[in-house]
Amino acid sequence: MAASKKPLPESPSQTAGPYVHIGLLPNFCGIDGVYASDPGNRLVNADTRGEHISIQGCIYDGDGEPLRDAVVESWQADADGNYPSPGPGHGVGKGFSGWGRAACDLHSGEFGFETIKPGAVPYADGRPQAPHITLWIVARGINIGLHTRLYFDDEAAANAGDPLLAAIEPRERARTLIARGEGEGAYRFDIYLQGPRETVFLDI
Amino acid sequence: MTDDAGILAYLPRDRDWHPPALAPAYRSSIKRSPHQPLLKFPCSLSETTGPLFGQDARGPGDDDLIHNFAAAGQSALGPRILVHGYVRDQSGRGIAGALLEIWQANAGGRYRHVNEGYLAPLDPNFGGCGRCLTDADGYYRFSSIQPAPYPWPNGPNSWRPAHIHFSLFGPAFAQRLITQMYFEGDPLIPLCPIVNAIPRPEAVDMLVARLDPQAALPMDMLAWRFDITLRGPAQTPFENRPEGL
Repeated sequence: MAASKKPLPESPSQTAGPYVHIGLLPNFCGIDGVYASDPGNRLVNADTRGEHISIQGCIYDGDGEPLRDAVVESWQADADGNYPSPGPGHGVGKGFSGWGRAACDLHSGEFGFETIKPGAVPYADGRPQAPHITLWIVARGINIGLHTRLYFDDEAAANAGDPLLAAIEPRERARTLIARGEGEGAYRFDIYLQGPRETVFLDI
Repeated sequence: MTDDAGILAYLPRDRDWHPPALAPAYRSSIKRSPHQPLLKFPCSLSETTGPLFGQDARGPGDDDLIHNFAAAGQSALGPRILVHGYVRDQSGRGIAGALLEIWQANAGGRYRHVNEGYLAPLDPNFGGCGRCLTDADGYYRFSSIQPAPYPWPNGPNSWRPAHIHFSLFGPAFAQRLITQMYFEGDPLIPLCPIVNAIPRPEAVDMLVARLDPQAALPMDMLAWRFDITLRGPAQTPFENRPEGL
């Protein structure tokens, strides 16, 4: 390989601001007619293979107030643990794009996704990871998008062997990444930006 | 399929180059910034893969903000501009098929949004959103009108420099970025607490578009050049793996 060249610096991040919907979900904020539809929070259709689930949550600031102006994106594998991404070992899955985008409700702050439970995908060293969904949060007051992961409380054995969860110190903070099953495929995942329940965010 | 398909790891983000989560002069960051350190871990497929956006991710006119919300035969008010440049990774290689989503205020500094109440008027012919994909070389372009500065409720008399918001996808979700483009020569840039959350002036400079007189369309629109760098691949898959993991 040629002598290594110093990498160029990345363009620095700036906040998405309070009007992020204009660019990411224009129909949601009242701009009709430019895009036929917004990219959505429903990742599945009737043909999507796998266990259909719904995720509902809210993001809280340091005062315990819900963020009502945030946008959340999700990225996950299909039911077989394959990412619908170009490249070896992946296939663009039929009926499943793997990616979703949700606006928090302008009044309640609730966000949600309709998706499938992902299969297990390997860690960098080949160990299996527990089923998880990557989440990315942008909003006014967030200078650089916050990455986190959602795991499932009914995957206790897989979670116990998950290398990322095992790397969290102190141990009890790993709980902040576990969504709570509420029956019939519904899961609850609340995110805390600060305070004693602060969610673990990832240096992705 | 692209060469990116085989990338197993990305260079870590230089967190001292980006704005920190907490920048107290930007008041909204005070209650919305995590206090605990971010968890470092080596990239897995969850980070090195990303959604695929093809030509079907956009429609005709999505990259023409002058007209994409306008009534038939009409156009948005304001100085007509072309914004163009390259999206590259940190190795300098152009990123093909990168999705850019853009949004901005109108020529009076007013956003079209249900929560926005600035006294400047809406332009009935301007929506303020657009999108485009980079070509095989990583090149993009869109046309719009120059947005105006506007006041915002940060301090008693705070003003944002004129700017366009950019959302970017590379082939990996690890490359996901939202940033803002400013206009060369705007005296409000150094006064802005959002800009000043970026620690280093060389980093701020990357967000300042340059007037590009050669690319101006005669008797039509001025051009601004704005290049963007997304995260790049690490040279070997595990060289950035932290100790103990």
